[in-house]
Amino acid sequence: MNFTLRIWRQKDAKSEGRFVTYGAKDVKEEMSLLEMLDVVNKGLIERGEEPVAFDFDCREGICGTCGVVINGRAHGPRAKTTACQLHMRSFRDGDTLTIEPWRAVAFPVVKDLIVDRSAFDRIIAAGGFISAPIGSAPDGNAIPIPKENADLAMDAASCIGCGACVAACPNASAMLFVGAKISQLALLPQGQPERWDRVRHMVAQMDAEGFGTCTNHGECEAACPKSLRVEFIARMNADFMRANLIAGRRAAGAEEGEAEGEGEGGGA
Amino acid sequence: MDLSSNIPSGPLEKKWEKHRSEMKLVNPANKRKYTIIMVGSGLAGAGGAASMAELGYNVKCFCYQDSPRRAHSIAAQGGINAAKNYRNDGDSVLRLFYDTIKGGDFRAREANVYRLAEVSVDIIDQCVAQGVPFAREYGGLLDNRSFGGAQVSRTFYARGQTGQQLLLGAYQALERQIGLGQVEMFTYHEMQELIVIDGRARGIVVRDMVTGELETHMADAVCLATGGYGNVFFLATNAKGCNTTAIWRAYKKGAAFANPCFTQIHPTCIPVTGPYQSKLTLMSESLRNDGRIWVPKEKGDKRPPGDIPEEERDYYLERMYPSFGNLAPRDISSRAAKRVCDEGRGVGPTGLGVYLDFHDAIARLGKKKIEEKYRNLFEMYERITDEDPYKVPMRIYPATHYTMGGLWVDYDLMSTIPGLFVLGEANFSDHGANRLGASALMQGLADGYFVIPDTIGNYLAREKFEQIPEDHPQVRAAQAAVAGRTQRLLGIQGRRTVTSFHRELGKIMWDHCGMARDKKGLEEGLAKIPGLREEFWNDVRVPGSGSELNQSLEVAGRVADFLELGELMCLDALERDESCGCHFRTEHQMPDGEARRNDKDFCHVAAWEYTGEGSKPIRHVEPLTYENVELAVRSYK
Repeated sequence: MNFTLRIWRQKDAKSEGRFVTYGAKDVKEEMSLLEMLDVVNKGLIERGEEPVAFDFDCREGICGTCGVVINGRAHGPRAKTTACQLHMRSFRDGDTLTIEPWRAVAFPVVKDLIVDRSAFDRIIAAGGFISAPIGSAPDGNAIPIPKENADLAMDAASCIGCGACVAACPNASAMLFVGAKISQLALLPQGQPERWDRVRHMVAQMDAEGFGTCTNHGECEAACPKSLRVEFIARMNADFMRANLIAGRRAAGAEEGEAEGEGEGGGA
Repeated sequence: MDLSSNIPSGPLEKKWEKHRSEMKLVNPANKRKYTIIMVGSGLAGAGGAASMAELGYNVKCFCYQDSPRRAHSIAAQGGINAAKNYRNDGDSVLRLFYDTIKGGDFRAREANVYRLAEVSVDIIDQCVAQGVPFAREYGGLLDNRSFGGAQVSRTFYARGQTGQQLLLGAYQALERQIGLGQVEMFTYHEMQELIVIDGRARGIVVRDMVTGELETHMADAVCLATGGYGNVFFLATNAKGCNTTAIWRAYKKGAAFANPCFTQIHPTCIPVTGPYQSKLTLMSESLRNDGRIWVPKEKGDKRPPGDIPEEERDYYLERMYPSFGNLAPRDISSRAAKRVCDEGRGVGPTGLGVYLDFHDAIARLGKKKIEEKYRNLFEMYERITDEDPYKVPMRIYPATHYTMGGLWVDYDLMSTIPGLFVLGEANFSDHGANRLGASALMQGLADGYFVIPDTIGNYLAREKFEQIPEDHPQVRAAQAAVAGRTQRLLGIQGRRTVTSFHRELGKIMWDHCGMARDKKGLEEGLAKIPGLREEFWNDVRVPGSGSELNQSLEVAGRVADFLELGELMCLDALERDESCGCHFRTEHQMPDGEARRNDKDFCHVAAWEYTGEGSKPIRHVEPLTYENVELAVRSYK
């Protein structure tokens, strides 16, 4: 197979970027997209040119490091597939592939196809956890969790933090990423004590990072390599509204116990 | 070289408790006066950084990835062992201990393994408290499955993504401490050198991979949790970035390297398809709970699997190991696969593959149940091979997966350099000559959550630390060494890419130090590697500069270290003139082809001491003494 590649080249965060056209010849259909780029880079190095910088690590679709927009689609044409698991048999011989980095204000380009996603880490640091210091845990079976809730929490937890949801969203919103973590922890009994503060802190950080707001396009769900559903955004919105009501009442001096009592016990 | 393991006295089941009650403590108000460096952010690294920060230590944590959540622990699929006995099937701490010692073919320390089994139960509790969504049954209680080398169900799991969920739990605990200011996180930073002052580890030199700047960080103790070195084989199940650089730099500064030749070849990986391939992908051992492994009985049988009738199939693991069947340990299953392929009965286009067949399980349990258990694995397989494993059996073949060897540590996880601690896969301590499935996650978290928080204090409380000036000669020397190496790599401007050297080294390692080894082959490997290394330093081409993001330069530094490590691995494999676990010397086998150990001469840990460029390292020995288990021939029949 042969391809024409239009690849975004940008020296660093401060420089202007542009598309550069390369040819990819004798590509095998069993190659992954990243293996095809490896071969292109080998040619560039041997010709004395600078190879294309792109992100990758596990190359089995779980670490969330890789991610590029291919012909306008985050992670390319195949549903539920990261760029590293996208094989060239998904394209037609002779195709032109336009390959560019995630585009979002909150994800500045580091170099070529690599973007800075540290905003995601800061959102987690703002509240995406359960405060359970090591050594203080009760027996794992002390609190039964309905299988349905555990399974749903697992669906939400399968997010790999790649950022495709942001790249696909016309508003560059991170609400699927944030909603997934909030939903996971809110579905579990262990997540209840910090539930209302968590959602407020994480949303505040998300806004501070410059991500946009969801207007129900659903592009994030279509692009997500782990099939996370927009349902998690709805869960986050519901929690966020209730959390603000609770915070408002607290501020007005209402009894804390009364306000806390409005929380859902077991989630869901 | 002092190789005292510092194992506490007293009965096996009381050692850890006794040691903990006798350790020196740092009082809570004084903990904030100490700074600890943690390199790596996987289960051991993130877990250790978070738990030490919770105690009040100042922690600086480093990772080469763009986020600590990317560490390769995330790719572990199948599960984590714990002696909870929730199944009421006869499990106990003692049984997990015994299975692990036996699984490692009696080449691990009793006391370490017992402690691992002991804290395994606390790990599950901790992870549940953090919100790890383990699989549950309809009654709401935790579910289990079975893994290789065990006859009980003690493996906890979160679909086929257990490593991901455990790592995210540790990552979230770490991010919490980052938010609180107790951990300072350095992403995109790769350790380049260890700083040793007055015989103690006091700091590291790192490269900021975005700007190229070299930075120096000083501390009162340094912890390495940098994972394994399986990428020495180029094709491995490891993430592409996994490397040996941190532990190799430490080795060259005086930390002993133990059992470097103990590498696990995992039996169930997707076979190699072509010469451009960049990595191999694991298919979890958990699949062997329901999948049956077979090859045709006849050599060269090219019929599609569905056309081969039942009586013409050889379910060789079930035939050879009836009591463990498809769940025989990894080293044994891998060798069996190699043997049937060497006989000409392998399947697929290359003949290097065996079937892993779910037909019977789907008939018994229904497709829905199989989907629920393994969906993500089946999808991954389909993406890579373009075949539907619900309809056609998977094709699998062994591939490098894990390294049991690593830096030598004592019972407190301290290396032969005082103040240098090594956690998780980066150390050698718990798995002997073969690691059982679902035990890597257990060890990473045991070291990070439950061992290092105690033992680090025991070290700090006994020592006095003076401030190190920034221009200390050892600091300057370490910085100069890194800068010099970088310039040298960039200055060669030869003809070959870094990756071409890496592939060539990988082939040498696979051919000469792989699943089966012998004296002649190892000597050939030892003859080839120095030549390749010389060619690398004369003919490699690293484009770009050192003052920018330069992925070729990153890889070049790692491959340079692999080119040295590979030689040590061959040397260790040559000197260990016995077969044990993963280390199969063809000269030493039973009539039925099983590994023949030599306990008289080799019941020990081999710990290698670096003696300088071009000089042969010295092999030291830590004898292994077994007071609680009987050295037996490992049988899974």
